[in-house]
Amino acid sequence: MGSYVPSTRAERQEMLEAIGLKKERDLYRDVPEHMLLDRPLDVPSGMSELEVSRAVSAMAAKNRVFSTVLRGAGAYDHYIPSIVKYIPAKEEFLTAYTPYQAEMSQGVLQSIFEYQTMICELTGMDVSNASVYDGATAAAEAAAMCRDRKRRVTLVSAAVHPDVINTIRTYCYGTGDTLRIVPIKNGRTDLTALKEMLTADVASFYVQQPNFFGGLEDAEALGQAVHEAGAMYVMGCNPIALAILKTPRDCGADIAVGEGQPLGLPLGYGGPYLGYMTTLSKHMRKLPGRIVGETVDSKGERAYVLSLQAREQHIRREKASSNICSNEALCALTAAVYMAAMGPGGMAEAAKQSMAKAHYLASGLCEIPGVSLRYSGEFFHEFVTDLPRTQEALQALEQADILGGLPVEGGILWCATEKVSKEALDQTIRMVKEVLAQ
Amino acid sequence: MKLIFEKSVSDRGCSLLPPCDVELVPLPDAQTRTTPPGLPEMSETDLSRHYTQLCRNVHGVNCGFYPLGSCTMKYNPRIDEEMAALPGFAGVHPLAPVHTTAGCREVLDTAKRYLCEITGMADMTFQPAAGAHGEFTGVLLIKQYHDARGDSKRKKIIVPDSAHGTNPATASMCGFEVVNIPSAPNGCVDLEALKAAVGDDTAGLMLTNPNTVGIFDENILEITRLVHEVGGLCYYDGANLNAVMGVVRPGDMGFDCIHMNLHKTFATPHGGGGPGAGAVGCKDFLARYLPQSLLMSGEEHIQVRSFAGNFLVVVKALTYLMTLGREGIPEAAQSAVLNANYLMRKIQGTFKPAFDRICMHEFVLDLAEFKQETGVSALDVAKSLIDYGMHPPTMYFPLIVHEALMLEPTETESRETLDWAAEVFRKLYALAHEEPEFMHQAPHSAQIGRPDEVRAARNPILRWQTT
Repeated sequence: MGSYVPSTRAERQEMLEAIGLKKERDLYRDVPEHMLLDRPLDVPSGMSELEVSRAVSAMAAKNRVFSTVLRGAGAYDHYIPSIVKYIPAKEEFLTAYTPYQAEMSQGVLQSIFEYQTMICELTGMDVSNASVYDGATAAAEAAAMCRDRKRRVTLVSAAVHPDVINTIRTYCYGTGDTLRIVPIKNGRTDLTALKEMLTADVASFYVQQPNFFGGLEDAEALGQAVHEAGAMYVMGCNPIALAILKTPRDCGADIAVGEGQPLGLPLGYGGPYLGYMTTLSKHMRKLPGRIVGETVDSKGERAYVLSLQAREQHIRREKASSNICSNEALCALTAAVYMAAMGPGGMAEAAKQSMAKAHYLASGLCEIPGVSLRYSGEFFHEFVTDLPRTQEALQALEQADILGGLPVEGGILWCATEKVSKEALDQTIRMVKEVLAQ
Repeated sequence: MKLIFEKSVSDRGCSLLPPCDVELVPLPDAQTRTTPPGLPEMSETDLSRHYTQLCRNVHGVNCGFYPLGSCTMKYNPRIDEEMAALPGFAGVHPLAPVHTTAGCREVLDTAKRYLCEITGMADMTFQPAAGAHGEFTGVLLIKQYHDARGDSKRKKIIVPDSAHGTNPATASMCGFEVVNIPSAPNGCVDLEALKAAVGDDTAGLMLTNPNTVGIFDENILEITRLVHEVGGLCYYDGANLNAVMGVVRPGDMGFDCIHMNLHKTFATPHGGGGPGAGAVGCKDFLARYLPQSLLMSGEEHIQVRSFAGNFLVVVKALTYLMTLGREGIPEAAQSAVLNANYLMRKIQGTFKPAFDRICMHEFVLDLAEFKQETGVSALDVAKSLIDYGMHPPTMYFPLIVHEALMLEPTETESRETLDWAAEVFRKLYALAHEEPEFMHQAPHSAQIGRPDEVRAARNPILRWQTT
């Protein structure tokens, strides 16, 4: 069996004797005898590292990893620079706890402070926290931030990722608050419907940019309507798109959040990912989660600490607005290394190439008889096509080692990133054409 | 040290992407950002050295002793990292067709089977991303259970005053009123207080056992019975599971649902504050209320985040579980308890334990008298430990012990390390009586002196800006 206990049998016996006990069972003398497990656990015997490595690798081998990924829908296959994998793997970053003891954790604290700055730069917002679990929880926490005694209703666009909507719904169920879905028109939030739904009890409206179907929302117009009704405007933005897209700040957002996975995190079957969360200075003290601030130490030198802790659960207990403590610090570090490695130019390049390739794919597919874009208007790197024989098309692509788009509502939601080559796109178009020609 | 932005040089960068092989499509002007984001511009050498410098100013479990109570800072095996990084896991899209993800499901199913066996639960979700997120999920199971029965009078969740702050905060997030009950003098649940608190408005009880002072509550069956008797459910906070895994099971203590911190008990690294994973287990009658991804399952369930959870963290935990196996799991728990008791005994005669009895995997020192005697506080002692290269214990928690230092050595520390740690505590005890002023100023050899936290809160600087 494997074990990470360094002390030997003999040492353990001596240690037991040193505390005045005879056998290990005596350590559990507070546990009523009849409650102790009187049989071995029904799990297999432990294994050596070599055996475990074989067994777990065999599980990995049962998955299929595609060389071309044309599926997004909340998880995006961008290129991850090599250095982005190595830096977060450094053991000090990996094995430290939350930086409670600033004197022993300046490296972690500074890295989070730098992450917060980069996220503020990307979004144009004033303040970022140290991260939350993922984009969906960031959206749910943002909605909670906006509620007060009079305004309890949360509005969410129907063009938001279904998992995000369902997560916000669940958080609303917890606190007993109301969620209403704003309908869409031509794949985008229906502004007229939104205006009608913005009643005096509405706390906030949440929109995703680009939205779940890939379309670009008229985010400024939506924000204006929300503010006219006295509610808060929350945007969930794709961070790669933000390298070139108008910032949520410029669109009038009070809170900007999003899924940080595109910033150098692997697909990983859904996690760990990263929720980024930002707001304006005036809402700073409502922002949940850990926040790192700059200060000076006893010698007057620049230093970093976990700050504004009076907001948090370990001080406020049941009066805290969120219970979050552990977040996704290592993923935030990964994202920071990614943004620094790519730089403003590299990020814009990734965004432009993703957009260009999505448009190349869209126009190629739409030349095939029977295939058309479901929604008109501008899109970023995702789009929905109506396409007959969806399943057959996707199966054919799968055989060619291409993960096609996601089947949604009778069509396909496609995605392209800078990682996909023109060759692979041409092959995709050709194969779909062949299937539909049969 | 300089911030990354202060090292940035305009037009520097790494060479990462090929030129675009299709025609670029411009964004419409109205949608385009006006100025590029002020991200750092770094060569790869600059970048590598910056982060290497930063990581030198971090104390990880790999650097030395880390007895941070309630955080279970055990060694994080490297093989677990290697398995999670396998392209066969890291490269899988969460929405890939089911027949291409059999390996991921095998990981989740196997981890579920082992963890259900360890905890005495029937079913489990891996969606929650951390312990507090698991608490939220678990208490939502309780809420749905009462709601489904139309039992709308159950508005209260009972939490002992020794509980971690996340427990009451979680109850609030789930719309419950929190009833704090005082602890008995021995740190355990005061049965009389519990009897007075339970009633037909009780939705449930949140409890950790062993509790936050490191004692196994011997009345646990009576406690869970009292809650069940009035129709409430019992939630087990798995923060302290490391003491009892493979020895006694929360399910057998009468708990209905539980969260585990895979990043504590099951050795996945804390990463400077996450990612964790907060698996939530439950008895059969609650299984239908477990969360699921709407997009992955197509079914209407509660959902606490996107997709299936922190999957790669589960891969690490499973690798650890398979390594330890049926013998290694209880061995780890027993060794954790042994190490805690050994260290407590070795410190004896200097700092006083808050409860002088056999403890579980952690123990609390009560420095109130010591502080009166010397003027040296728990904070001073904690900061002085830094000069010895030891991470301080958890300070001022639980709240029921004033001037508390909570130590959890874990099972992966050797006897020499424990002997050394006890020696350091002895030295500091003596030093406090001789040179208290020196300890008020500690640490003396850390990268920084004590930071001014009041200034940070009053004058928040939360991002870098060009001056």
